[in-house]
Amino acid sequence: MTTKGEGSPAKVAWLIAAGLIAALIGIGCGGGGENDNGTELQKLGKGEGEVDLISWAGYVEDGSTDPNVDWVTDFEKQTGCDVKNKIAGTSDEMVQLMRTGQYDGVSASGNATARLVEGGDVAPVNVDLVPNYATVFPDLKDQSYNTFDGTHYGIPHGRGANLLMWNSDEVKPAPTSWDVMLDPDKAADYKGKISAYDDPIYIADAAVYLKAHEPDLGIDNPYELDEDQFNAAVDLLKQQRPNVGEYWSDYAKQIQAFTNGDDWVGTTWQYQYFTLKADGQPVAAVGAKQGFLPSEGATGWSDTWMISSEAQHPNCMYMWMNHIIDPKVNAQVAEWFGEAPAQSKACDFTSDPKFCDNYHAADPEFWKRVYYWNTPLADCGDDRGDVCKDYNDWVQAWTEIKG
Amino acid sequence: MGHRLSDLLHGRPRLQAGGLLAAPMGWLVIGYLGSLAVLLVAAFWQVGAVSGEVVRGFSLENFKTLVDEPVYRSIAGRTILIAALVTLTDAVLAFPIAFYMAKIASRRAKALLVVAVVMPLWSSYLVKVYAWRTMLSAGGVLNWALDPFGAAGPGYGNLAVWLVMSYLWLPYMIIPIFAGLERIPNSLISASEDLGAAPLTTFRRVILPLAFPAVIAGSIFTFSLTLGDYITPRLVSNNQFIGNVVFSNVTTNLPLASAFATVPIVVMVAYLLIARRLGAFEHL
Repeated sequence: MTTKGEGSPAKVAWLIAAGLIAALIGIGCGGGGENDNGTELQKLGKGEGEVDLISWAGYVEDGSTDPNVDWVTDFEKQTGCDVKNKIAGTSDEMVQLMRTGQYDGVSASGNATARLVEGGDVAPVNVDLVPNYATVFPDLKDQSYNTFDGTHYGIPHGRGANLLMWNSDEVKPAPTSWDVMLDPDKAADYKGKISAYDDPIYIADAAVYLKAHEPDLGIDNPYELDEDQFNAAVDLLKQQRPNVGEYWSDYAKQIQAFTNGDDWVGTTWQYQYFTLKADGQPVAAVGAKQGFLPSEGATGWSDTWMISSEAQHPNCMYMWMNHIIDPKVNAQVAEWFGEAPAQSKACDFTSDPKFCDNYHAADPEFWKRVYYWNTPLADCGDDRGDVCKDYNDWVQAWTEIKG
Repeated sequence: MGHRLSDLLHGRPRLQAGGLLAAPMGWLVIGYLGSLAVLLVAAFWQVGAVSGEVVRGFSLENFKTLVDEPVYRSIAGRTILIAALVTLTDAVLAFPIAFYMAKIASRRAKALLVVAVVMPLWSSYLVKVYAWRTMLSAGGVLNWALDPFGAAGPGYGNLAVWLVMSYLWLPYMIIPIFAGLERIPNSLISASEDLGAAPLTTFRRVILPLAFPAVIAGSIFTFSLTLGDYITPRLVSNNQFIGNVVFSNVTTNLPLASAFATVPIVVMVAYLLIARRLGAFEHL
């Protein structure tokens, strides 16, 4: 370990190391980040034989999960584009993966899209090259999370609300409000059995709850929180902390926790709920009658397929974006995942004819109570000005909440 | 060509050594020290508000955050405490096992024991942690076995992290101690006994001082492995360790993650300096 003797090889090594460090510092302090958003594709060419995707679990199925659930194999046959998919657990993970530049596209939620656009990681999308885009539900087009300065940055995939799920053997009566998880007194009944989402964006869930229960705070949009509103939401989650059995960001971990009886009530996605149900586990969620929404409403997501600014296979990516909102395919995805399709014509192809009604696919009023994940910015977006907490504050607060 | 090369190298030991060491040294300097340097430099950067992209420049803001926010101190404290406890536990568990292997077991038994100790390292780390996760769960085998006695397992938490880490890194403690004890000649132990020392005195005055560097060597493994791990805390507890904060900030705030990652480096450097003082590297 100690270097004895001549010392000259060691000296040389140190000199090299010092030179290297100096060079790195030079790189580090010089130059700013580049911000090249690229230009949109003008004409669709031949497929490149491959497409590398990042997606949420259940969005890109090739029959390996369930042999009957497959919308990838046909795509590969038709286009010759071999689909390679990487599943991500959080939006932060998606952003990081996209920044490697090794992927062609991503199914980004609203709390990732602004970061990807701002960071120059994704390119504008020429919607004229995506014929199926014309019949996408109008209230999903030109939204703040997929269109920036009038430029389209993606193709809507589908939307849904985060669910309140519980073990129906243990949690009685059936909850109709998030208070079962967030009201400190009520949540104490299920101390150690609560499952919360492990991501800074979960602070918005507390804000949705406070919007309904503490109107004095004046919360309107749960992603545009000023100091007081933000602190109230963070405090609520700090009170929730001792009652939480597990924070999850990996859906498989949550499925395991509900199967083993470690957790009884939690916030979840449709994917875990339907997987547990199919497995015969006694789980329930707020029913279709209430539109799957607890009384306060819920956070949710509206996902967008975006194309990387460094895509190696842009033509295949455009073909994929058109494929995923093909009426038949979008119906399949929506039914498998349990979300409202983005494609209005998909409603004609669902195996359950009432599917679109149940999921309120064509009911813009319903979606006003679903607060799509969004990137928190300092600019509140209203007359309060630049006093809102930005995403860095959210990340920092999330570390403090978990302790 | 081959002749010319050997002619060139003949009688030039410096060149020979240089040729042999160029690749590993290059790897060490570029791959290891280089990445450490990048990490240290990144700790002084900042992130942009919207994109979360790194803004290069010099600022001590990240270190200020780490000092000012109590949450980071408590996370660092928790990590170091658990690492110390795991090291202590492993040392206490490993010593008798290693002693039996080195001094008491027959040749055949010794070989079998070495294989048995190393065997857990053949399976994936992740499999072992998940196995513990299943065992410790509410409906898991630990609760099932303890239930008839009216007791319950520790559940998920710091206790579970301590338990799992102690299990995971035990072989890394046994093997160095075993090697250290093997090097102690039996004649020394006999001499101590002949001079009238009680077994405990022999252990205290002869064996322990000679084996101590080996224990320190093992403790470097267990301590640093615990200090850097983030998967075990994630799977068997809700508590954050240094690694968890680094992991969750790497995506959103790389500079802060880098700044926090310097904490284990500083702790390890201090630990190694103390270990050197204690003579752990004299026989390497």
